[in-house]
Formats: sequence, structure tokens, C-alpha cells
Amino acid sequence: MTEIPEHLLKRAQAAREKSASSGGDADGGSAAESSGSASGAASSEAASSAASRIPEHLLQRSKAAKDNKAENQAAAGGGAVAVADKVGAVVAAAPAAGGGVPAGAGPGGHTQRLLTVVKPGSIQDVKATPVDKVHTWPHLLVGEFVAALACTAFTFLFSVWVNAPLLQLANTNETPNPSKAPWYFLGLQELLTMFHPMVAGVTIPGMGLIALVLAPFIDRNPSNKPEDRKFATSLMTVHLMFWAVLVMIGSFFRGPGFLFILPWRDGLFFEL
Amino acid sequence: MAKIIDDKPRQTVKDRVNSTVDAVQGSQAWNSIFRPGSIFRKGYTDSPRNRSYVIMNSVLYHLHPVKVKRHAVKVSYTLCLGGLSFFLFILLTVTGIFLMFFYRPETTAAWNDIQNLQTSVTFGLLVRNMHRWGAHLMVLAVFLHMARVFYHGAYKPPREFNWVIGVILLTLTLLLSFTGYLLPWDQLALWAVAVGTNMMGFTPVFGQEVRFVLLGGAEIGSETLLRWYVLHVLFLPFVIVIFMAIHFWRVRKDGGISGPL
Repeated sequence: MTEIPEHLLKRAQAAREKSASSGGDADGGSAAESSGSASGAASSEAASSAASRIPEHLLQRSKAAKDNKAENQAAAGGGAVAVADKVGAVVAAAPAAGGGVPAGAGPGGHTQRLLTVVKPGSIQDVKATPVDKVHTWPHLLVGEFVAALACTAFTFLFSVWVNAPLLQLANTNETPNPSKAPWYFLGLQELLTMFHPMVAGVTIPGMGLIALVLAPFIDRNPSNKPEDRKFATSLMTVHLMFWAVLVMIGSFFRGPGFLFILPWRDGLFFEL
Repeated sequence: MAKIIDDKPRQTVKDRVNSTVDAVQGSQAWNSIFRPGSIFRKGYTDSPRNRSYVIMNSVLYHLHPVKVKRHAVKVSYTLCLGGLSFFLFILLTVTGIFLMFFYRPETTAAWNDIQNLQTSVTFGLLVRNMHRWGAHLMVLAVFLHMARVFYHGAYKPPREFNWVIGVILLTLTLLLSFTGYLLPWDQLALWAVAVGTNMMGFTPVFGQEVRFVLLGGAEIGSETLLRWYVLHVLFLPFVIVIFMAIHFWRVRKDGGISGPL
């Protein structure tokens, strides 16, 4: 059994109350309307009041036509028409017996029946599920604006207090000791102390980069819930930590000759 | 006669403010901004319709849809890292254009130009500092953005393609920073780049050839400086802007940012 939506129930309830209140004042008002819509024959006696919108003479004519038809069918007889005959008889007879209540009326005097309520999903192909959305302006743009302002302020203030390095003029004949790459390549330079340059400078970073590119094609797990992808998360964390630790060692723990030092003992050999 | 003039009520501050407001709102400039056909014909009142117009009737519509998922505006989800990477790129473009006015990519002039920029150009030192720190910050922001995207599983279908674009953008960011590193032509720049390019030479098959093309010779010299200057100010920004455009377009094509978790 299909459940009836709440708003329809409410509407029915309201209609019932309305008809009850108007029925109390002027008897036949509601009855006339309901009967008028279902069976013309019944309404002619019950309500010839102003409530009925169908003119009196039309109702009379319709009744006469129906009576005529019923008589004709009865005269014709025959097995095939028997059912129709009975129905016609019932329809014709009911008004007289019921006294105002139409033949098809339900237990509460209803003349209309709610056959079924079809939920939208069952016959319509609903592709988009509703998403909780907010306006980009102001909700997103204000945040972005504040972030941009904060970023500018930070860069500005940092630049006021800390100057970018500018060492002596470049001299190809004088190699500084140590010579260090920019900080983001110091992990590679650190690897250079352990492996052949091709492995340290090309193979390992190349494989790291290819692994990154292929990540969505290797990781076929469709979930984005952290608890479902502990392996991927740990692997990435190891990967990131690998580079972070190497960069930090290369930056702060390597001194002259790119030998291992302790920055708090031997000083800092690092320029940004 | 004098009395009559004195009796005339003196203008209060309120009257002056009102007359100024009237003058401004009656001016041609005001009426050309708030004219029929402009975004806000009668000023901005906060309504859903006007909120939509702010995006729809401006260039921002290329970047943002009118509405976004509620969870997407939470700062704790993205930490604004992608947006900040883009913003730092804009900041670097602006400061970089300023620096270009005072810099010649020649081995005889480059270092002196930087020195002069720092000592005799108004705000020269400040802008150079901002360019330098902004560049390091952008490398950091792009890197953290990538980590954030990975930990949210945002590289998964339908966003695989955008993830690949993102890895390309990370590489381009590193290259942009690295090519800029040489330009001051001081000891730090020269030897940092020497270490980096020596490593590149060990790439199998075409390593030496690529190194030769990038350096414009067997060793770092004046050709290298010119090449890296062009790469830094024109070639790589051009390429990265194209990839950024694809990146931002794909974000919207794939249904906005990922999540919620």
C-alpha cells in the first residue's frame, strides 16, 4: 500500500472541515455539490438550490435521457448487455433509495477516490539529487578575499623584515663550499651522497613523479573516507616524509664538503 | 541687512554630508556606474538575485559558479591552498613585472642591476623580497595543496585527469622557481643551478643534449642567463597559465571541489 503524502492528507483534512462547517449552516450545500458532480439524477431532488451550478433544465433533460436509455436496454435484453443493464438499473434505482447520496459514494460520502499516489522516483528518472548549496558571493568570495589579504600581508611584512640573499657576483672559478641547490632540490642532492647520480637525480625522482601521476589509476578504491584508505594514506605519508626528511637533512645538516653537521654546533649553511 | 545674513541658519555637519552625498550621486561618474545595464542599477541590496548577479555579471563567472556546495566554503576543508597558490602566482606576476623594468639578462649587467634595484630604486628591495619569498611560498603552497588533495582522495574518478594536470602544474612551479633562481647572477644562483643542471645531465639517452640546449653551451654562461630569463618571464608562465586554465575549468566540470568526506 502506498503511503499518502502528508500535504495531501492535510489538504483533505482541511477540505473536510470546510465542508462540515458549511454543511452545518445550510443543509444540502455540500451534499448538493458532491451529488451534482457524480449523478445528475440524484441532485435534482436533493438540491435544486443555488449551490448547484448546473441549470435545472439540463438536469431534467439528462434524467429523461437516462431513463429512456434504461428502458431501451431492458427491452433489448440479451446476454451481452445484461451487465450493463444491471449497472444502469442500479444507477437509476440508487437515487430514489439513497435520497441524495450518489451511487458511487464511499463510506464518508466521498465521490472521488484517491486510487494511488505515485512517488516521483518510480516513473521519473531523477538524475540530480539535491545538494545543499550556498551562494558563492558572499560565502566563498569573502573567505577567498580574506585569505588573499592575509597572504599579501604576510609576504609584505616578511619582506619588510627579511631581505632576500644577494651574495657576491657569480664567479665560475670559485666554487663556494658547500654548493647547495635550491631547497626543494636538496632532497635530490642528499640522495646524491648515497647513490649514483643517475639513480639519485633521475631514476628516483622520476619514479616518484610517475607514481604521483599514476596514483588515480593504481588506486582503484572508490571511497574517499579516511578509514577506508588507510594503506593509501600511509603510503603517501611515507612518500612525503621521505622527501621532507631528506630536504631537511640536506638543508640544515650538511656543511662544508656536504658533510654531516649539527646546525646548533657548527652553524647554518643554508640560503633561501 | 547684516542681520538678515546672520539669521540664515548655519550649515550643520549633517547638511554638508547630505549635500556631498547628493553631489556625488548626481555626478556623471556615479550615474555611469549605477546606470541601467550595469550590474547594480539601483545600488546593491542583499538579495538572492543580487548575490547571483555578482558572479553572473562579472569575470568571476569564469572561475566560480553562482552557488557552491555548503561544505566547499569551509576553510578547514581546503585550507584555501589551491586558491592561495593561484593568488601567489598573481602576486609573483605583478612583482615580477616591476622587477623586469630594472633588470638586464647579461652576465655583465645582471648582478649590478639587482644591486642598484636594492639600493637606489624606491621600494626595489621590498618588491624583490616579496618576489623571492612569494616564490618559495608558492612552491610550498602547491606542494601542500597536492598533499591535501591526496589525503581527501580527490584524485579519484572523475578527477583523475585534473590530478594529472595538477602534477604537471607542480612540476612547472618547480621549474619556474628554479629558472628564476639563476637570474640574480650571484654565487648562490650560479652554484645552485650548477648543482641542479649537473644532475640533469645524468638522464639516460638524452640527458647531455637537454642540458646543452638549456645551458646554451657546455657550461653555465651568458647564453644560459638569457635562456633562463626567457623561460622564466615568458615561456613557463605562458605554459603554466594554460594548464591553470584547464585545471580550474576541470574543477567545475568535475562537479566542484570534492567531498564531503
